Amino acid sequence: MDLVTLAPRATPDERAAVDVVLGAPVGRWDGGERADPEGGHVASGGHAARERRHLLLPVLHAIQERVGWISRPALEYACRRLSIPPADAYGVARFYGLFSTTLRPPIVAHVCDDIACRLAGAEDVCADLGRALGPAGEPALDGEATWLRSPCLGRCERAPAALFTVAGTLPETIAAAPVDAAGIVTRLERTAAGRRLVPAPTDTEPDEERLANVRRSVPQAGGPGLRILRRVGVTDPRSLDDYLATGGYRGLRRAMEIGREAVIAEVTASGLLGRGGAAFPTGRKWAAVAAQPGQPHYTVCNADESEPGTFKDRVLMEEDPYAIVEAMTIEGFATGSAHGFLYIRAEYPLSAARMAHALATARAAGYIGADILGSGVAFDIEIRRGAGAYVCGEETALFNSIEGKRGEPRNKPPFPVEVGLFGRPTAVNNIETLVNIPGIVADGGAAFAALGTQGSRGPKLFCISGSVPGPGVYEVEFGASLGDLIALAGGVTPGRALRAVLLGGAAGVFMGPDSLDLPLTFEATRAAGATLGSGVVMVFDQTADLVGTLRRVAAFFRDESCGQCVPCRVGTVRQEELLARLANGRPNGSVADELALLADLGLAMRDASICGLGQFASSAIESAVRAGLVAFAGHGEARA
Amino acid sequence: MSSEIAHIFSEPPARSTRIPGPPPVPAPAAVELTIDGRTVSVPAGATILDACRAESIHIPTLCFLENLTPVNACRVCVVEVAGARTLVPACSRPVEAGMTVQTASERVRHSRRLVLELLASSVDLSTAPGVADMLAEYGADPARFGPAAPPAQAGERDARQPGHHHVPDGAASATVAQPVKVDNELFVRDYAKCILCYKCVEACGVDAQNTFAIAVAGRGFDAHISTEYDTPLPASACVYCGNCIGVCPTGALMFRSEHEMRAAGTWDEAAQSRTDTICPYCGVGCTLTLHVQQGAIVKVTSPLDASITEGHLCVKGRFGFTFVGSGGDGG
Ligand SMILES: Cc1cc2nc3c(=O)[nH]c(=O)nc-3n(C[C@H](O)[C@H](O)[C@H](O)COP(=O)(O)O)c2cc1C
Ligand code: SF4
Ligand code: SF4
Ligand code: SF4
Ligand code: FES
Ligand code: FES
Repeated sequence: MDLVTLAPRATPDERAAVDVVLGAPVGRWDGGERADPEGGHVASGGHAARERRHLLLPVLHAIQERVGWISRPALEYACRRLSIPPADAYGVARFYGLFSTTLRPPIVAHVCDDIACRLAGAEDVCADLGRALGPAGEPALDGEATWLRSPCLGRCERAPAALFTVAGTLPETIAAAPVDAAGIVTRLERTAAGRRLVPAPTDTEPDEERLANVRRSVPQAGGPGLRILRRVGVTDPRSLDDYLATGGYRGLRRAMEIGREAVIAEVTASGLLGRGGAAFPTGRKWAAVAAQPGQPHYTVCNADESEPGTFKDRVLMEEDPYAIVEAMTIEGFATGSAHGFLYIRAEYPLSAARMAHALATARAAGYIGADILGSGVAFDIEIRRGAGAYVCGEETALFNSIEGKRGEPRNKPPFPVEVGLFGRPTAVNNIETLVNIPGIVADGGAAFAALGTQGSRGPKLFCISGSVPGPGVYEVEFGASLGDLIALAGGVTPGRALRAVLLGGAAGVFMGPDSLDLPLTFEATRAAGATLGSGVVMVFDQTADLVGTLRRVAAFFRDESCGQCVPCRVGTVRQEELLARLANGRPNGSVADELALLADLGLAMRDASICGLGQFASSAIESAVRAGLVAFAGHGEARA
Repeated sequence: MSSEIAHIFSEPPARSTRIPGPPPVPAPAAVELTIDGRTVSVPAGATILDACRAESIHIPTLCFLENLTPVNACRVCVVEVAGARTLVPACSRPVEAGMTVQTASERVRHSRRLVLELLASSVDLSTAPGVADMLAEYGADPARFGPAAPPAQAGERDARQPGHHHVPDGAASATVAQPVKVDNELFVRDYAKCILCYKCVEACGVDAQNTFAIAVAGRGFDAHISTEYDTPLPASACVYCGNCIGVCPTGALMFRSEHEMRAAGTWDEAAQSRTDTICPYCGVGCTLTLHVQQGAIVKVTSPLDASITEGHLCVKGRFGFTFVGSGGDGG
């Protein structure tokens, strides 16, 4: 391969950003000083550079954060350092929503207009911002700032939400919820005037404030009988001592005593099913990876949590980070892997900070690293950040993203347990799945299996949002009904009637008000043609604009499709257009014709798409139509 | 002169000019499966498509090509495998013992029809060989999605931000229509005809050329083939091997000669002859197929099954033919 880099020299800032991640260049092949003028052909930097391909996303993040956008000279400098063809790297940079390859102001407010935030008035916020700052994406405040719409930011319990990113030598990423337009404008103005968003580094908020925040997101915090949430709002998530004092690392110690096979046996006996959406038996997954000959194996934790309406993994990372470190260590030990990756969506800055702090302190205390607890077992974890792509939560897209590629899902089979990250056997699990692990190993799988129902063992988290007085993360033992859950959150907003519930997220299913008795278990939802998905319970009352919500769901899938396969790439566009025609009372032919076409599209997307994104892109929309929750009128007819 | 020295001066023994092939490998075990009710036996490692072809069962394909790694992106080749939740792409799915495959069930025909309708409603397929027949065979009616939206301005589609789009009002259906990119003497890129099959990217990259001048950029419906920062080809890494043209299934990538003749209405495939010959430039000896219309070479391809080229050429063989028609005095 010839690397052709023709752009002018990257600025000192751009080079510095890249060098922070990669170290200083060692010579001219590496993009360092050259005798001849800049540009032209350079030979490849060889194996050593190409083996660092997986650092492409961290490098792109570094440029984006330092300069506010990724210029061609900056990208080409990164390409020379990593020996990646510029067209290839450009394709990667252009895949992720949080990277910009055109000049963009350094201060950006990403304003969520997704399902839950819409219910909480996000469209009004956007309209006000348009009036105050100009259209989304246009430079405002003397070119210093801009605002953009964003898909779900994982803060639906406090909707509407926004994420602020500030580029510079001291970059900041801060999430805020709830927000209003005036507050957003004030923040942008203050930051443009040179002030930092928060006066000091992120994680020093006083305990009182922190606990008040926790209790707003987790109303049950500190209550009796909690398992997954038992430390939330009880311990200081920045204290390893607190973690140890509340049973921390009992699981890992027992794992080392009983050995790999016995750990997998306990997990299998627990009946734990993955909480990331696919409900695959965790024990079986681990056993399959452990049985793969050859090394290395990898352990991956999926903390991409981008399913609209989902925010439980964020709460767990923010409030119980050591449990995740411990669980991944147990998983690595059991599956014979020494290297773990924790992939966190970029919209979760506090999660990333808390996880990094937990990792560093656990490493310093010998709970993770080259020789864990003096056992000779080695395991360590690298944190990687996403860059604004829902599809990267799909496990194989996530591998590609870690490898420095476009987050395009792979065709399966082969499955990750055989061919996963870097082509190696890989165990990938969701955050909530993992937080159950230390307890299962410490107390035995049987105790866990004794909870819940026949087909759904243990406790489960649900993310309740929308029209309830107490939105938040709730823990119940499997078996609780939809009505029980809504009652936990205080019932439907007083004075309002229940119109619909979105179960499982944007890829889930709308249920009518007659579904309150449905037990929220894997088996009961499956039998009802629904799904638990990622544990989303979003409540809509009679004032909600359901047709608008369906159009937002369609827009979400259109935006988040990776674009690889035709049924999803074009099908999601056609689905959104079709809903627009119906909503505007201008169907092609009759309403029935349009609904038949919608079903035709849905079937092909479900049957012929590569990954779950396309396969479930029509699920919520079709379910709402099927359940009669929305009605459409033809030409000249009144809207029902 | 001793006999040893005599030996040195004598002729070396005759040897084969053929490069020795790899040592023989044991034939893979046979796998038995059922396709459309027939019991079929194929070597392990074969794909469902291989098995179907061995049985003369026709499976439509668009993103598959024998000389490239399957990307299984177009999904027009899907078949039904008993026990699988979704349909599977025949072009890349390896056979398994005992598999039961249906290639023409209602489910299969439905997805193929929708894939074709979705493509035909968003992409100009007028120069894609074989696609009209596919549309007819599956009864595809792309007009179901309503009238097409007006074409995008030059560069507009390339500039779209991932994760953002204009919310449609339903009046028209989006397409990839846009002006053709003409930025060099040798070939044009008409991405209004691009089905995003990834073949050109593979041919430019690891599957043939290893130049990596183009890649997929953007996301979802806005995904498109691009050089870095949409830079024109002459300022990119492109070496004009034309291998991307050779694999493009829709005519999106086209010889400039063909593009201009089509625009002038003088392109006439029926009046063209094809002649296989050997490239005159270097000792590799690639097989060329000269496409000749009215005594002039109008484009050059190479057969996919040619042992040396596997369909791929370099800039000289692909484009270095204008001297042929330049007169008999060598000038
Ligand atoms: C489009 C798409 C997005 C997904 N997003 C997530 C996610 O954000 N977090 C997650 O844990 N799993 C997500 N999944 C499921 C993962 O592919 C995978 O099944 C899961 O991480 C496995 O972990 P588990 O067995 O612990 O559930 C997603 C799947 C699809 C198809
Ligand atoms: S279904 Fe959609 S997101 Fe998944 S691979 Fe296909 S285009 Fe990409
Ligand atoms: S002509 Fe050759 S080098 Fe140029 S883009 Fe096509 S395949 Fe790549
Ligand atoms: S230009 Fe041609 S070969 Fe390339 S992706 Fe488009 S249709 Fe396929
Ligand atoms: S944070 Fe806005 S919908 Fe989730
Ligand atoms: S030919 Fe198989 S997916 Fe395109």
